[in-house]
Amino acid sequence: MADDLELRFERTVQSESRIEPRDWMPDGYRKTLIRQIAQHAHSEIIGMQPEGNWISRAPSLRRKAILLAKVQDEAGHGLYLYSATETLGADREDLTTKLIEGRQKYSSIFNYPTLTFADVGVIGWLVDGAAICNQVPLCRTSYGPYARAMIRICKEESFHQRQGYELLMTMMRGTQQQRDMVQDSVNRWWWPALMMFGPPDAESTNTEQSMAWRIKRDTNDELRQKFVNMSMPQAEALGVTFPDPELEWNADRGEYDFGQPDWDEFWQVVKGGGVCNEQRIAHRRKAHEDGAWVREAAAAHAAKHARKEGAA
Amino acid sequence: MSTSWPLWEVFVRGKRGLNHVHVGSLHAPDAEMALRNARDVYTRRNEGVSIWVVPATEITASSPDEKDPFFAPAGDKVYRHPTFYAIPEDVPHL
Repeated sequence: MADDLELRFERTVQSESRIEPRDWMPDGYRKTLIRQIAQHAHSEIIGMQPEGNWISRAPSLRRKAILLAKVQDEAGHGLYLYSATETLGADREDLTTKLIEGRQKYSSIFNYPTLTFADVGVIGWLVDGAAICNQVPLCRTSYGPYARAMIRICKEESFHQRQGYELLMTMMRGTQQQRDMVQDSVNRWWWPALMMFGPPDAESTNTEQSMAWRIKRDTNDELRQKFVNMSMPQAEALGVTFPDPELEWNADRGEYDFGQPDWDEFWQVVKGGGVCNEQRIAHRRKAHEDGAWVREAAAAHAAKHARKEGAA
Repeated sequence: MSTSWPLWEVFVRGKRGLNHVHVGSLHAPDAEMALRNARDVYTRRNEGVSIWVVPATEITASSPDEKDPFFAPAGDKVYRHPTFYAIPEDVPHL
């Protein structure tokens, strides 16, 4: 019987059909998905902080409204994804606890600080651009609720990337000081953006099984290459350079050659040693604890009205 | 006191003339808040003209384990499909 179920699961995955919440699935598949989707959800929620940092100081009402909408989208993306983990039997409170206790991770990119307003533009262009590269293939991931959440997210990410690029174009048409600010920001974010695709394939422990289960559709290195290819013409149009002396068009391959990020730095940030790791988690913990009375009051209000209706 | 809000399933009618379609779930203390949260989470870009929220515990679903037997009654009734009937090609409007 177990073999039967496993065979049906394998066949569903191989035939590009989707696994749905109440289907039988191997324990490892369920665990891998919960880990990956929760990490993704946490990234969206923590990702509100670096840009939220600039909402009160946005240079115009237009930029402020855009930034608010974008940060609100990140919250929404986190909720779509938490909702997907719950279809796998995960508990929302448990996931939040694991995040604020540091037992589950989020993307290391959010442990870098946003020093200038140009960072808002560069995050939209490069960080959300890298996220789109990662996420578009996930629209075809084998688990139905995850794939559907990703379709929704990808549609909204397009706004994020375009607003960022437009912001940078505006700054590049400004003063020399503004252009320098954009280039400085690009210099700081380029390598962390390349790290967003994860360690090189040779060191990526989860890739092989995840590809077999069709959770993951492309390897880290394939996606990184794709991102570099896409970003180069955009940088040229903008008038900025990337801080990589090895970055060069390779006519034989029909792709750009590029250097490797500092993987020691990557692992250091993953392990908690980034500039903002502590600040991000402390902020999330405070928001959760400060919101406790609201959750309790709303629950008490609902309980009171349920009793009234029951009595009526 | 447990502060964990119940789970609600959310269904959105994209536009007039279409069915409500399941879009996901959320936590909320009561139905009214579930509706408001659903508006903010699932319809930030005019994705809907109407929302239903249903307590997740109130949904009864067929089990995928019994998929074959459960849907078997429809499996052998090919005569329910119009293609089951052979009609000469020169008979119009049929």
